[in-house]
Amino acid sequence: MKIKASVQNNVASVKMLIPHPMETGRRKDQGGAIVPAKFITEVTATSGGDTVFHAELGPGVSKNPYLSFQFDGAKAGDVLKVSWVDSTGGSGNGEAAIAAM
Amino acid sequence: MMKSKILRRLIPAALMVSGVMISGPAQAENYQKLVDADVQEFQAYFHKEFPDVKLADFADGVYALNEDARNQWKEMEEFPPYELDVEAGKALFNKPFANGKSLASCFPDGGAVRGKYPYFDEKRGEVVTLEMAINECRVENGEKAWPWKKGDLAKVSAYMAYISRGQKVDVKVKSKAAYDAYMKGKKFFYAKRGMLNMSCSGCHMEYTGRNLRAEIVSPALGHTTHFPVFRSKWGETGTLHKRYAGCNKNIGAKPFPAQSEEYRNLEFFQTVMSNGLEYNGPASRK
Amino acid sequence: MGISRRDFCRTVAGSAASVAVLAMMPGDLMAKWSDKAFTANELDAAIAAKYGSLPIEDSSAIEIKAPEIAENGAFVPVTISTTIPGVTNISIFTPANFSPLVASFDVLPRMKPDVSFRMRMAKTANVVVIAQAGGKLYRTVREVKVTIGGCGG
Repeated sequence: MKIKASVQNNVASVKMLIPHPMETGRRKDQGGAIVPAKFITEVTATSGGDTVFHAELGPGVSKNPYLSFQFDGAKAGDVLKVSWVDSTGGSGNGEAAIAAM
Repeated sequence: MMKSKILRRLIPAALMVSGVMISGPAQAENYQKLVDADVQEFQAYFHKEFPDVKLADFADGVYALNEDARNQWKEMEEFPPYELDVEAGKALFNKPFANGKSLASCFPDGGAVRGKYPYFDEKRGEVVTLEMAINECRVENGEKAWPWKKGDLAKVSAYMAYISRGQKVDVKVKSKAAYDAYMKGKKFFYAKRGMLNMSCSGCHMEYTGRNLRAEIVSPALGHTTHFPVFRSKWGETGTLHKRYAGCNKNIGAKPFPAQSEEYRNLEFFQTVMSNGLEYNGPASRK
Repeated sequence: MGISRRDFCRTVAGSAASVAVLAMMPGDLMAKWSDKAFTANELDAAIAAKYGSLPIEDSSAIEIKAPEIAENGAFVPVTISTTIPGVTNISIFTPANFSPLVASFDVLPRMKPDVSFRMRMAKTANVVVIAQAGGKLYRTVREVKVTIGGCGG
């Protein structure tokens, strides 16, 4: 996944793009068969020991989910760790250092 | 009213010029002048239609013309979907072939050569596009050519476009042969085709900025600066010739193969018409 | 319904540990938590599955930034922000999707009540945002038009 995180006045702005097909389970492939559902169900981000982001996603979220949020009490150099799980047991994670603006 | 007057001037001018080309003696130094005059007239048309839009902004297509669309595009630009392809493209660009070489061996400046394509290759007597050059490098080094419309080729093209951003569009048309290719592309652009009997110019000049059912029509000026594109509709990044084919299909015309002479000449003409703009690919589109 | 995630996390010392616990939790425990709300295929049922029977009132203190006419229903950019104090959850629904609940964001202590993401919309419909603060739900609605292109190619 790609994470962009920067901080200004102790507020961190985070943008992330998570490659994932977010299959709804309703799409048919070229042969006409249903492509099974496979979508991210949960994304969590932590920084400095705190959970700073927690979201539940469903098939209504676009492919390659883009998520953006902000949180307080951050400083440059803090590490943001992100992890996700999906509906078929898949998972992924990434991390980024929060950059000074 | 004004638009059709201008277009009616442009088309006979094209035919008149082609008459000169066929019958008169070839005077090499005139071709660039003729082309420059075409570019002036073409760009003037768009300036007249959209007096508030700066020349450079035409590279953003519909987003220079429609605010609601521009806001959505700006949001996509917060974290563009094509970034993933640029990264993948970079890896592919540097990945060694079986013989140890790579695409990096064929292209100078780390691949920041978008501004050099398309160009008319005098020796070969044809227009060479970036995608063509990429696959030629592969084949010359014993690899298979990639499919032309999407996938790895599009990703490498996206990477090369990305690191070339800001390069000026400056396509030269010097020789008679180059001018012939240019004129073929120009004729293609203005010619009606397909079951719907439409021309590129009919929509992308006369109808620019207006709605064709749910689509807002993009200006032809700037068309080729921002490819390849991540089209939301495709859900992936695709090349210019993929878009040409789709557009031809939409008007009920049989599409030409990607990298066919027809599409290369069209790309050549279209790029010349955007001389003076900057390359800004890859881009997100709807 | 069982213990809420928040309470569960609090009983495990430290939030970092809770992330590890999340990773270890058996598949169906997590599935039970989200499943009912995300699989409800009618707006009211989805809201009820997510929040129970808390009272809902309309609010002008939730801002939905979304296009008037979505360029493409597969990628509709949405930004939600709210000035309602004490918000702990923001959820986004759209009734015309087969799964009206699109996403649910927990507004954690350090997090600002402001999120952006891209969603799918099957057709022209409302984007319904519900923010939970205390025992109350606040709602704002905004229509987004979704069209199928005429000459998309």
